[in-house]
Amino acid sequence: MELVFALVIGALTSSGVYLILRARTFPVVVGLTLLSYGVNLFLFSSGRLATGQQPIIGTAASYSDPLPQALVLTAIVIGFAMTAFVVVLSLRNLADNEDDHVDGKQPYKSPAPEEESEVTGK
Amino acid sequence: MNHWLTAPVLIPLLGGILQAFMGYAPIHLRRTLALATTVLMLVSAVVLLVMANDGSYRIYAFGNWQPPFGIVLVLDRLAALMLIMTAILALFCHLFAIGGADEGNRQFHGLFLFQLMGLNIAFLTGDLFNLFVAFEVLLIASYGLLMHGGGTVRTVPGLHYVVLNLIGSAVFLISVGMIYSVTGTLNMADLAVKVPQISGEGLNIVKAGGMMLLVVFGLKAAILPLCFWLPRAYSKATAPVAALFAVMTKVGIYAILRVYLLIFGDDAGELANLGMDWLFPIALATLAMGVIGALGSGTLKTLVAWQVIISVGTLLAPIALGSQAGLSAALFYLLSTTWTVGGLFLVSELVANQRGSAKDRIVTAPKMQSRTFLSVLFLVGAVAAAGLPPLSGFFGKVLILQSVESGTEMAWLWSVLLIGSFLTLIAYSRAGSIVFWRTVDGHLEKPDPLNGRISVAAGALTAMAIVMVVLAGPIMNYTDATAAQLHNSDAYIEILQTPMVREGS
Repeated sequence: MELVFALVIGALTSSGVYLILRARTFPVVVGLTLLSYGVNLFLFSSGRLATGQQPIIGTAASYSDPLPQALVLTAIVIGFAMTAFVVVLSLRNLADNEDDHVDGKQPYKSPAPEEESEVTGK
Repeated sequence: MNHWLTAPVLIPLLGGILQAFMGYAPIHLRRTLALATTVLMLVSAVVLLVMANDGSYRIYAFGNWQPPFGIVLVLDRLAALMLIMTAILALFCHLFAIGGADEGNRQFHGLFLFQLMGLNIAFLTGDLFNLFVAFEVLLIASYGLLMHGGGTVRTVPGLHYVVLNLIGSAVFLISVGMIYSVTGTLNMADLAVKVPQISGEGLNIVKAGGMMLLVVFGLKAAILPLCFWLPRAYSKATAPVAALFAVMTKVGIYAILRVYLLIFGDDAGELANLGMDWLFPIALATLAMGVIGALGSGTLKTLVAWQVIISVGTLLAPIALGSQAGLSAALFYLLSTTWTVGGLFLVSELVANQRGSAKDRIVTAPKMQSRTFLSVLFLVGAVAAAGLPPLSGFFGKVLILQSVESGTEMAWLWSVLLIGSFLTLIAYSRAGSIVFWRTVDGHLEKPDPLNGRISVAAGALTAMAIVMVVLAGPIMNYTDATAAQLHNSDAYIEILQTPMVREGS
């Protein structure tokens, strides 16, 4: 279980980082979301992974730590609100600059002029 | 248990909620209530400062849960100093905003007050995860404030700011998780007890977590590799917002002071003084970078924004060395530079309003209205920021220079700080002489005359540099006592033994 869990966190985080490093706002937003999923799973694992345990003392032979679950819950709520905000901001960026590049409007590169075929009239 | 500790959190919270519900109320009613909230917050900060001045720790345990099981607010001298600094800055920024900058957004005052609430929680909290929550509260309010104002210039810097801070939050959570997984606690006092006892494989996890925390706080404080978002964002923000943001980088510095002196301080065993040997060269490089940016800036506001980075470098160098005299000097300079930078942002806005289409760009333009008043304000701000006698910036820098013991560190700090100050002076002289002296003949559209509120706010915040010189004695006594208290982390740990309120008593 530990190996699968670690691989999932690693995959989420690395894809998140890769997407954040893209230059368009949509991949950046998706990347931030993936990163926060990875972080939430990581926080969850900081209370040790166990199955069949309850976060209540005395109900089972050993109990699981309830605090990371509370931390994850807080982190999810905050992350969700922030994602909503960054989506709106990206749309505003798109509307203001008519471009979804993270640095705003990019200088327009005119396509290479078509080579005029020589008119010789022959 | 001391219920006063909740006042700096509850006052802006209630005031902000009130503002959120009365977005359509007449603007003068909203302004009066918002300003009254800020004044009340200043009063509560003064009360807490007087209480903290006896050198003891006061706590407020939420829900009467004994620390380390519940979240606590802790008041000590450092927290009280940060509260009063923020409250004074906020009052003048708010007064300036009421002069007209708050129009165009019905929720400006609400966001402003929530921002203050987040700052106050960050300064008072005694819990690492609660510090994260406080950061998020102040950040989400700052996202809204940064976007305040018409036009499209703020969109791109705002997007960068938000994305960077979201990544910072993710890194913060990872480091909190790493520290929790080994120590099993997030209460700062309890961490200070547990961290020296760590051994074996847990040590490296906590070490990595601690270093990642330094990255997060460095992003907030804008130290060198993480500082390039700041000049664009701050120079584009509306003036009172930019002036209030002068305290935002100081939150990062506060967090470094609190966490690295208490949890990874001298007594932390194998993890003692974690990261501080990295921080010193980075601080000097930040200072140098700020000076280069200031020399090359094309507008007054960009110049002041680079001044923020210069002051971050100047502050972190003595903090990284960690001597008691150095901490005291840094705290003195912290007060001075925050108010001065805030004042300079406000003055730049006044100048920009009087110069027609030239705005605050450092170019020649027709003579502006009321330029005697404005040039005196700019002169006071620039002298305090560059660190010339007789204003407070000079005393702050002299104290910092005096606090280092002789050796290579002294050579580095003295040379970088002195050459940096000289070049900053050149940057200000160049900007001031072009903007105020080198005028061209020409017709200027009749600008709005200076109105009383904004002139008073900008003037008063700038004049804090003079007030600090007059009150230098008491302020230095206080910062000395604060530095001594910060170095004595055993006393902080004793808050774990504070008795809770019993039923019926």
